[in-house]
Parts: sequence; structure tokens; C-alpha cells
Amino acid sequence: MEGLLQQIVNGITLGSIYALMALGYTMVYGIIRLINFAHADIYMIGAYVGYYCMSFFGLGFLPSLIIAMFICTLLGIIIEKIAYRPLRNATRISVLITAIGVSLFLEYGTMFFVTANVRTYPEMTGLLARTIKMGNIVISMQQILLVSITIVLMILLQFIVKTTRIGKAMRAVSMDKDAAELMGINVDSTISFTFGLGSALAGAAGVLVGVYYNSINPLMGMVPGLKAFIAAVFGGIGIIPGAMIGGYFIGAVEVLVAGYGNSMYRDAVVFGILILVLIVKPSGLLGKNTREKV
Amino acid sequence: MSILKVNKITKSFGGLTAVSKASLELEKGELLGLIGPNGAGKTTLFNLLTGIYVPDSGAINLFREGEEVALHGLRPHNICKAGLARTFQNIRLFKDLTVLENVRIAMNKNIKYGFIPSFFHLPSYRWEEKQSIDDSIELLKIFNLDDKKDELAKNLPYGEQRHLEIARALATNPKLLLLDEPAAGMNPAETENLTKIIGEIREEFDLTILLIEHDMSLVMKICERIYVLDHGMVIANGTPEEIRSNKRVIEAYLGEDINDA
Amino acid sequence: MKKLIGLGLTYAIVQILIMTNAITGYLQATLVTICINIILAVSLNLITGFTGQFSLGHAGFMSIGAYVCALITMRVPTVYGFILGVLLGALAAALVGCLVGLPTLRLRGDYLAIATLGMSEIIRIIFLNMEITNGAAGLNGIPQFVNWTWLFTFTVGTVLVISNFIKSAHGRACISIREDEIAAEAMGINTIKYKVVSFTIGAFCAGIAGALYASYFYFLKPDLFGFLKSVDVLVIVVLGGLGSISGSILAAILLALISSYLQSFPEIRMILYSLTLIAIMIFRPQGLMGSKEISLSVFSKWASGLKSKRGRV
Repeated sequence: MEGLLQQIVNGITLGSIYALMALGYTMVYGIIRLINFAHADIYMIGAYVGYYCMSFFGLGFLPSLIIAMFICTLLGIIIEKIAYRPLRNATRISVLITAIGVSLFLEYGTMFFVTANVRTYPEMTGLLARTIKMGNIVISMQQILLVSITIVLMILLQFIVKTTRIGKAMRAVSMDKDAAELMGINVDSTISFTFGLGSALAGAAGVLVGVYYNSINPLMGMVPGLKAFIAAVFGGIGIIPGAMIGGYFIGAVEVLVAGYGNSMYRDAVVFGILILVLIVKPSGLLGKNTREKV
Repeated sequence: MSILKVNKITKSFGGLTAVSKASLELEKGELLGLIGPNGAGKTTLFNLLTGIYVPDSGAINLFREGEEVALHGLRPHNICKAGLARTFQNIRLFKDLTVLENVRIAMNKNIKYGFIPSFFHLPSYRWEEKQSIDDSIELLKIFNLDDKKDELAKNLPYGEQRHLEIARALATNPKLLLLDEPAAGMNPAETENLTKIIGEIREEFDLTILLIEHDMSLVMKICERIYVLDHGMVIANGTPEEIRSNKRVIEAYLGEDINDA
Repeated sequence: MKKLIGLGLTYAIVQILIMTNAITGYLQATLVTICINIILAVSLNLITGFTGQFSLGHAGFMSIGAYVCALITMRVPTVYGFILGVLLGALAAALVGCLVGLPTLRLRGDYLAIATLGMSEIIRIIFLNMEITNGAAGLNGIPQFVNWTWLFTFTVGTVLVISNFIKSAHGRACISIREDEIAAEAMGINTIKYKVVSFTIGAFCAGIAGALYASYFYFLKPDLFGFLKSVDVLVIVVLGGLGSISGSILAAILLALISSYLQSFPEIRMILYSLTLIAIMIFRPQGLMGSKEISLSVFSKWASGLKSKRGRV
């Protein structure tokens, strides 16, 4: 029982990371129907920015987090402008290949500058180094920090999307780009904003992962990126609460498979879930079925 | 002798009932019109008949050579093989293929050779391919499209695209042909020509035709019987004269006019 | 006829170059890579370019062919073992292609791409965990049977079979799915059957490519068949032009040459590769050939065009 509870705590921690990343995938897919493969690498760059802030400039956790989020926002907006915007009316396959190209560019570009070596985040000190014990369940302060920052960011995101002007514009563009344009919404800047918002969350996830798992490398985004995308599909792509639920679900499944089954197969199980979801309910948990008009 | 019996089919999408307990019957060889105001469920009915949507309830039965074939629940390609072919309201040609290829694809069900002859272009392949080209060109001649056989479908003028869609449907060798607004967007001369062609193919291919059309003069002129659909229900059926004077039909159309204004 | 002469000539020239040691070591490996990539690209083109089904899982099919062939030739290290290995490898890949294909084929576009990606990752993880495949360390010392003759035979064979297939009624059925799935169904095409057929043939050929890879490079590990390998193949197909067989062949050769040139700059190789990818998609998204094919008449037109230009100058 306690073992299970411990697994759940770990699952929630991992799930928070997936959820943060899944939000970016889901928002971008919702607005321009693109699987943004580069999203995973923005997360990686977020981790590196956090690393350099902490270890070279000796900044604290919070300033590092904010700087990483800021830089990732800029990066997301720039990528969209340079690589995706010229392809707004191109076929899906060419946009997807561009996204893969951007992803490879970020990975190997980063590798060129920081080498392929694994880096370790500086040791956390003070409050962040503490752990709480409840019976046999161990919860570290880092886990609490990670989960609470995730929740704060999600609430913030919900606030932006639901109540602000730009949030309304985002929802409008994702429903019908042309109609939104006719209603006087600046579609380009709305899409930019969406990329920025998603990238900020990915950057935050990167720093949190660095703090929690310590080691980072230029290819660290690939696998979590795919899983976060699967989380987004599971919850219903384009649906923000869906991405959160999906993230926590995938995190929990992965930790449970590793804990009670064969840890070598945990990735396979996640991909199996993806295929199952796609077959049973391609619109995802919270999605509505749509059909082509004949 | 009836060729198609539709018995109380219903289809709803979410809360909206697009077709509600619609029944109709087609006699072999007749030209039947299906009319109704916008959103009455005409195209949905076509999609149900051709298997693109599966009805929630009700039955669709085709009679051919004394045999009864249940169509509801079959996949579209099997319905096509059973002898039902259609055109689409918003032209769905294979745009980037040539006129000839469009027709040849529809002739695929005549092809008997298997995969192995296709890999190595064995004699059976050569023989049947030649046959299918000849048959396709023969068919295109009826629509005066044979000299345009190598043009891409998307480069044809609009009227000819509509003709090609009918030719493609005929290539599947149907007993019953469903035409979804074949005259939409045509000028009077083109409509005139189309009317002539519909008459010709009906004779030549021994067809039964069901036709959705907004052009009332066309419907009243060529259809022997007309069904009227409103809000997914069949509200009337009869000869053009009967329909013209039917109160419910007039109401259905006037109602729409008032709403539109 | 012209085709046959051309093929015979290509075979003979390369064979003579190999025998006279003009093509050695590294160049030979490039040649093998080109042929394997041609098989992979042409077979993926059947799935993605002609049938219109977006697949990101070709490396998975390839790995099945590679492992099956390797395991067989390691136990039966004769030419017959090799032929059996290629055949069974291809059949195993085709079987998986068909099995996996069936349920996922209801999906479209991006969703299908992601599902096939997931499937190929599952295959990789299974190889990673199996004892018989020696897990992450991989298989070493696979007997080498592939020479230029085998390579040429299989490459030309698969390309001819696939291009013949496309020019048949069955091939046209596949193309009609790409053009308009609903219209194809309505015209009597069993779209599910043809999607499965296209995946099965594609997987079969990818299996052959994998088997050839295993038997030439005599070393296999699951990481060779990751996501990036599938992307590599997709890039060849898109660069050559979706729906153009000759485009795929051209792109396979071109990319292999570029990549072997970039070998001398290992640290920026992938950066340049990714930038090229983005640039091509932005400036020529239809690929080199679009959906057209090169034929001899194109060459003669081109030549006469050159002549007339020169005449004017």
C-alpha cells in the first residue's frame, strides 16, 4: 500500500512535467494543426538556460526559472516566424517535416555549443534539499515545488485563455481561422502568442526537470516530448484540461509499469496506450467526434 | 416492379435528426426527383443510401434480378458493387488524375487479374488493361470527353466536370444512379444539354435514376414522380402536377422563404 | 528495351569498377546505402506518396527484416540461408505491416503518422528486450553475403515490381484513396483493403532492405532503427517528390552523396542536414520531381532545349 502511494507521488511528479509539455503541444495543434516536434527541444533548451543561470551566474531557482521561460518564449516565437509561418498554406506533410527539421536543428545546434556530454544541475540547498517523511513515503521538497509550480502555471494559463482578450482570440482562431480573421482578430500575432505561451511552459518544465532529475543533455527532449504529445492526444488534442489529465495519466502509468512490471517496457506501454486511444477514441478523452462533411 | 425500397430510415447527428423515418420506393426504370428546401436532409438521404452514413434504424433493400439485397450496414464500395452509383453535390473527382484515369478507377470492379500479374505485368494484365481503356473511351464518347481523356480532371471546365462525374458513376455499371444536383451552377444551355444526356443514358444503360435538384423547371420537366423532403421527413410524393398543387409542399417552401427574408 | 540496356550497362560498369578496385571500402558502403535507401524510399512512396497514408514507422518494418535475416544467416551461413533470410525477413515484416496496419488504418493524416511512429517504437523496444536479439548490445558477426549482384538484383526488382503495381488497376485503386477516399469508396474501391495491401507491400520491401542491411554491415542494434531512420526515409521521399518513383531514386542518390561529403564535418553534419530540410520545405515543398517521372523523352527534350539555347547565343 505504501509502495503504491509512493509510486503515485512519483507519478504525479512525472505527470506534472508531461502535463506542462502537453499543454504546448495541444495549444499549437489546436491552433494550426501542427505536431510541433521542436516543442520537446524548447524544453531541452529551457533546461540548459536554467542550468547556466544557476551554475555560471549563481542565480537562485526562481530567477532562473523566469529567465528560462522568457528565453523559451522568444525562441518559440522566432521559430514560428522563421520556419512555420512561410508554410501556413503548405501541405501537412511539409509542415511536419519542417518541424522535424527545426527539432534536429535545435538538438544538434545545442550539441555543437555545449557538447553532447551530460550536465548535472547544481546541488539544491536549504529548503529545497529537504524531504518530508510520512511513514515510509518520502516526498522531497523538490517534488512539492515541481507540482505546485505546475499547478500555479496551469491556473495562470486557464486565466489567460478564459478571461483575457488574447485568450479569447486564441480560442476563436483555433475554431475557425478565416472567420476569426474576418472578425478583425490578428491571426498571425495570435499564433505567435500561442507559440510563446506554450514555449514558456516547456521552458519551465525543462528547468523543473533539471532541478528534480539533475542530469540534462541535448537529446533529453525526444522521448518525453513524444510522451507529452501522447498525453495531449489521450486527453483530446486541442483541449487544455485534456492535456493536463493526459499528462498526469501518462506519468502515473509509466511509474506504475516501472514499479510493478518491467521498467524496460514502460515506453512500449505508453505507445501501446497511444495506439489504443487512437483506435478506440481518436478524439481523446474529452474530445468530440467530428466527421467530414460529404 | 420496384428496384429500391427504403423503409423508415432515421439518422441523427448529436441532437439533430437529419432524416426521420423516411420511406421511399423506386420503380425499375423510372426517373424520380427528390426535392425539398435547404437542409431538408436530401444529401444525407443520399449518403445513407450509398453507405457513407449508416442509418440509426430502418432498412434499405435493393432488388435485382428478383433477388433482394439489404444495403443498410454495407460499406460504400459494396453498395456500389451491388449496383448503386452516385455523383456528389460538391464535385468529388480525382482532381489530379486524368479524365481517363478517373473513369478507369471506377471500372476496377471489372478487373479480374490478381496482384501477381500486376507486379510482373503478365499477359492477363495486358489484356484486361487494354479492355478497360477501350471501354472507358467508349463511355467518354457519350459525354464528348474522349478527346480530353489525357487532361487533368481539375483543368476541365465546370460543366464538363459534372459530366465526368456522371461518366465515372456509369463506369461502375450501376442499376440505379443517384445524381446530387447535377445541374447546379449550369447555365440554361448547359442544363438543356444535361437533360438530353440524362435521357440518353437512361435508355442506353437501362437505368433507374434518383435525382436531387434545385432547378424546379428541370425536375418538373423530366421526373415522372417526385418525393418531397422537409425536416428529414417525406411530406409528399406524386407526379409533378400533384406536387405542384400540394399544400404541404407549398408551405414547406414558403416557410423557408419567410425565414430567409 | 532502352530501359533494359540502361540497367545492364549500369550493372556492368559498377561491377567492372568494383573488380578493378576503383570502388572500394567507403565508396562501396555508400553504394550499398544508396541501394538500400532506394528500396526504402520507393516502398514508403507507395504508402505515403501514392496511397496517401502518412507513415513514420518504416524503420520498424526494416528492423524486422534485418533481425530475421541476421538470425537465420547466423544459423545457416550459406547463400541459401541468406536467400531464405531475406525472404522470411520480408515476409515477417509484411505480416507485421498487415497486422499493425489493420486497426490503425482507420486513422488519417497526423494521427496515422503518430500511430505508426508508436508502432515502430514498440518494435524497437521489443528487440531491445529480447534475448535472441541480444538486447541493446545487438548482433555482431552476421555473415556477409550481399555483393553488388545481389544488391542490384533486389533494388531493381523491388523498384520494378512497385512501379508495375502502381500502373495496374490495383495501383490506381491506391492512388484514388490518396485523391479522395470517400469518392473512391463510392466508386467501388475497397479502401481498407487497398490501404492494408499498400502497407503490406511497403513493409515487405522495407523488410528486404533491412535484410540487405544486416547482411552487408554484419552488425545490428535496435538503435539503428529509431525514429530518425524513419525520418531519413521520409525525407528522401518528400525531397524526391511524393508520388514520383524516379524522384525517390534521385533523392536517395543525392542525399547519400551529400551525406558522405558531410562526413568530413561530423560536428555540423546534422545541423546542415536539418537546415537543408527546412529550406527545401519552405522553397520547394513539392520536392525535386513533384509527382512527375523522369523518362528518356524528358532527357531528350532537355538536351534539345539546351541546344536551342546555345543556338540563340
